[in-house]
Amino acid sequence: MEAKRELLDVLLEDARQSSADIARQLDIEEADVSALLSELEEQGAVRGYQAVVNWDQTEESHVQARVELNVELDRETGYEEIARRIAKFSKVQSLRLVSGSYDFAVDVEGESMRDISNFVSEQIAPIPEVTQTVTHFVMHTYKDRGVYFDNRDEDDRLAVSP
Amino acid sequence: MSEGEPHPSQGLPNQTPGEAHLSRRAREAQPSGIRRFFELAAEMDDLISLGVGEPDFSAPWPARSAAIDALERGKTSYTANRGRSDLRTAIADHISQYGQEYDPDSEILVTAGASEAVDLAMRTLVDPGDKIAIPEPSYISYKPTASFAGGEVISVPTSAENEFKLTYDALNQADAADASVLVLCYPNNPTGAVMNRDELRPIAQFAEEHDLFVLSDEIYAALRYEGPHASIATIPGMRERSVVFNGFSKAYAMTGMRLGYAIGPESVIESMNRIHQYTMLSAPTTAQAAAFEAIHNCDPALAEMRDAFNRRRKFVISRFNELNMECFEAEGAFYVFPQCPPEWSDDEAFAEALIKDERVAVVPGSAFGESGAGHLRISYASGMSELKTALNRIESFLK
Repeated sequence: MEAKRELLDVLLEDARQSSADIARQLDIEEADVSALLSELEEQGAVRGYQAVVNWDQTEESHVQARVELNVELDRETGYEEIARRIAKFSKVQSLRLVSGSYDFAVDVEGESMRDISNFVSEQIAPIPEVTQTVTHFVMHTYKDRGVYFDNRDEDDRLAVSP
Repeated sequence: MSEGEPHPSQGLPNQTPGEAHLSRRAREAQPSGIRRFFELAAEMDDLISLGVGEPDFSAPWPARSAAIDALERGKTSYTANRGRSDLRTAIADHISQYGQEYDPDSEILVTAGASEAVDLAMRTLVDPGDKIAIPEPSYISYKPTASFAGGEVISVPTSAENEFKLTYDALNQADAADASVLVLCYPNNPTGAVMNRDELRPIAQFAEEHDLFVLSDEIYAALRYEGPHASIATIPGMRERSVVFNGFSKAYAMTGMRLGYAIGPESVIESMNRIHQYTMLSAPTTAQAAAFEAIHNCDPALAEMRDAFNRRRKFVISRFNELNMECFEAEGAFYVFPQCPPEWSDDEAFAEALIKDERVAVVPGSAFGESGAGHLRISYASGMSELKTALNRIESFLK
């Protein structure tokens, strides 16, 4: 159990490192790393390994928005059914049921603001249970999944110190 | 000085007045052994340094935020000589986790870094000619501060066979019985060695048998990876003959804030405070605000840093052993102390070639005293990706 937890910490820091390097950090055999990884994947704990991309530093045109959704439930339709329907769109990067003044927080990505507006108005808003949408376009990302996007945090320690 | 010999302050012909007036103490102080490597490192581009004696993290944000808040509220005056009373109370609570029970009003002194506390204790407990036993390899400040106080150093060698732990026999063999003060530092800089309670007992026995007062530098107490920290001051009979140094620099990544403390019996702390009140007045006020917050709200950050250090520790130990640079399982601080490969008997030459050929800075073990010779102090207070690159460079250097 402890090793699994440590493995998760190591992967959260850098999922791209070799199993040999992971094994050294956990002080276990490389084969055990692979076994633990398979277990974590099989039990559904680890769902994927992705890059953290700062799109501003690429040539791509890329726009993100946070969409707040209010929905109305009825006897046949619950949050699950609505969520399943919304999650299927590839533009939807994350979908969460949240507490507060709206029901779903939806992170949407597209090529342009128009692209996203069209998506919300043509694909999301018409869903019968959706009663209201509020779209917030992301203007700048400072930090994503624990990673800072500014480059100012340089190591200014003395190179050699007692 | 014999009659007829010119007084040093009269100077030699081409000395400036400043040079001519330098005290014997200043003239005799040697530049530290790490200085040359600092200078070599300063000239290098694309250098990876494993020679850094401080965390690569910044102080946890709540501590920094408390410092900012204190400045905004205009808290820029002196505090009480001994440090803010609420901070001393917080420290008293905090150290009880190590079994250390001290009265915040009379037995705790807040200082400008643990370094100031070391200096104060030396000046408080050492008379000219007194002997100070210092286990080696040793942190580079103990010998000079002992000398500044007029003390004479007895080096007590420790070795890789004992994982650089101090033993009763080593004390005996070095004639430490002649000393009046014994300095300890576990978890240790530069070796990463630790001593558990059972290993400290014979040391305590030696101190009692030969009436040594113990200065125990426990600045790395929070950075133990395999067992609980043990303090010699908590061994029966030792509380009255020990002063313990600790602080916020290493555990909370606050080196530049300069905040430490000394705990000990009232008589000694009171006397240290008397010197402190003339020389320092009080520890930095802003740093005290940060420290207060660190104790109350930064334990999760401390645990996160310790976990990260622990993973790096295991990584570097296993890499060095793979490279046939024998490296014992150092369980504390953020240092390991591997042996130079057999074909390199001279650690300084190895460290110099390594920095020139592969742009990796390490500190040769002999910078910490003769018994460190043949070893390297490796600090793993660097990001995992730097550590990986550094070890790859060392590997290619060895080929």
